[in-house]
Amino acid sequence: MASPRTPLVEIEAVSKHFGSGSTRVDALRGIDLTVRQGEVVALLGPSGSGKTTLLNIIGCIIPATEGRLTLDGELVFDGRWLRGDLRRLRLDKIGFIFQFHNLLPFLNARDNVALVLTLAGRPAAEAQRRAQELLDYLEVGHRAAAMPALLSGGEAQRVAIARALANRPRIILADEPTAALDSKRAGIVMDLLRKVAAEQEACIVAVTHDEKIYDRFDKLFHLRDGVLEDQAEAVA
Amino acid sequence: MNLAWRDVRHNLFRFVLTCLGLSLLMAVVLAMIGIYNGLVADALNIARAPKADLWVVEAGTSGPFAEASKIPAGTRDAVARLHGVVEAGSITYQTVEASHAGRALRLYVIGHEPGRPGGPRAIAEGRAIGRSHFEIVADRKTGLRLGDRIRLGRNDFTVVGLVEDVMNSGGDPAAFITLADAQVLQSQLAPPAQRVQEARGAGLLQSADTVAAVIARLEPGANLAGVAHTVRQWKHLGALTQAEQEAVLLGSVVDRAKRQIGLFLAILLTVSAVVIALIIYTMTMEKLKQIATLKLIGASDRTIVGLIVQQSLALGLVGWSFGLMLILLVKDYFPRRVVLEPFNAAVLAGIIVVVCIAASGLGVRAALKVDPATAIGG
Repeated sequence: MASPRTPLVEIEAVSKHFGSGSTRVDALRGIDLTVRQGEVVALLGPSGSGKTTLLNIIGCIIPATEGRLTLDGELVFDGRWLRGDLRRLRLDKIGFIFQFHNLLPFLNARDNVALVLTLAGRPAAEAQRRAQELLDYLEVGHRAAAMPALLSGGEAQRVAIARALANRPRIILADEPTAALDSKRAGIVMDLLRKVAAEQEACIVAVTHDEKIYDRFDKLFHLRDGVLEDQAEAVA
Repeated sequence: MNLAWRDVRHNLFRFVLTCLGLSLLMAVVLAMIGIYNGLVADALNIARAPKADLWVVEAGTSGPFAEASKIPAGTRDAVARLHGVVEAGSITYQTVEASHAGRALRLYVIGHEPGRPGGPRAIAEGRAIGRSHFEIVADRKTGLRLGDRIRLGRNDFTVVGLVEDVMNSGGDPAAFITLADAQVLQSQLAPPAQRVQEARGAGLLQSADTVAAVIARLEPGANLAGVAHTVRQWKHLGALTQAEQEAVLLGSVVDRAKRQIGLFLAILLTVSAVVIALIIYTMTMEKLKQIATLKLIGASDRTIVGLIVQQSLALGLVGWSFGLMLILLVKDYFPRRVVLEPFNAAVLAGIIVVVCIAASGLGVRAALKVDPATAIGG
């Protein structure tokens, strides 16, 4: 389905290699990829195919060896980083969802969400209010005061999604977001991510091995040996 | 949102236990400082007690504390007649091993002339010596109480007064008796061979009327150096000003102990620094995944450094506080006086702050090297 929606992630001719000479490993080769507002896409492929490396490049965690990266309309990498403060860039534009939720164990659910806002310089009261709104939106508002150790897997992942959404990022990167959940909860989390992408005008790029949720993505990008295989597979 | 405090609160039990361990170390450091201060204070107390301006001692000695000194008792009259001298008093010092209530009691006996310089500075309980013989004023640390009787030599003495914190540099509590009693006690405690000689009449050749020093007080504005010079011209006498006497005590009598304790303190502080560094490093290593997540979601290095340094400082300062409370609770049970000044505790707090900041360097280094990418993936 053709869409006029804004591209939020644009990757052009991105390559990444590690090491040099005989120890050189080509993790990614000539990747071109575009993800638009509202899209939920998956990066698929066997271990070592370059999925996580690509996610790290989109997340401005590691630089590509060559190529261009544009996030939310801003060219951020063109053979080198064009922004000095990558953490600020991540804070403003990107939300992260992790395989094991990675909530800070010493903060309760609401504070885990509010932390991102505090780091962005929002006043504490506003951060708390927004955190509670997000938890309510993701239907875990009643667990706001609970410490992460007391949350179920599904609840913890919802809190992690709320944290990823806190600064209203337009790009959400998810690393195996359903790997720690059973199939029922995995389905619920994916429905939530779809809802978030649609309602928050964001896009979601997820790395996953979970075949049960493939049908919840708009597009599947297959990687093999660092190369994107043909065109993205559109999910019916 | 203070991440350091939240983390501490989350692991409060472990934090408190770690602080308690550290506080024991701090208590030892504070005890060593207190013992050193006590050593110096005791040494100076005993020299300052007579409120002397000038100490007249045996020529060629730095007596009566650093070296033995023996001068004729008549020296007092000669000194008292010097221009500028207001009053003078003879004094003797000797360490006596006595027995009281079935236990051995080591006393630093000071013989003085009541009404002249050399007596106790202040009586805490009871009264000063009022009779010529067999009355004693003792330091509370002796365990003696008013009315107690104690045998010194061949005579029984009655405790009529108590003083506080008068000890020699060895920690032996002081006991004041009259000069006459002290001179008798000296002869009674002489070796048996000497007593045999005295019984045969040989002792009569050696006068017993000697004292360790003569203490002189000068009138305001008197020329102290001039009086001291005059005394030194009498070939058999030496003179030390109060300042010189204190310098001799600190530079000679307690110098070795001072250096010993100083070295021990340096070792303890080094051990504390290593312990704090190890604790902070271990705490940081346990949080590497959390630190990677913080970096990934956009936390600045300042936030992460703050998390580590604040915890390190909290550990050090809580340890210091517990240690200070502990030592204040137990200091009176130490056999030697432990003197802790607010200044000492403040200086140690300053050192602890520096040590904590330096010690957290290892943890900060590890945290700053964490790759945010490690937050992604299992």
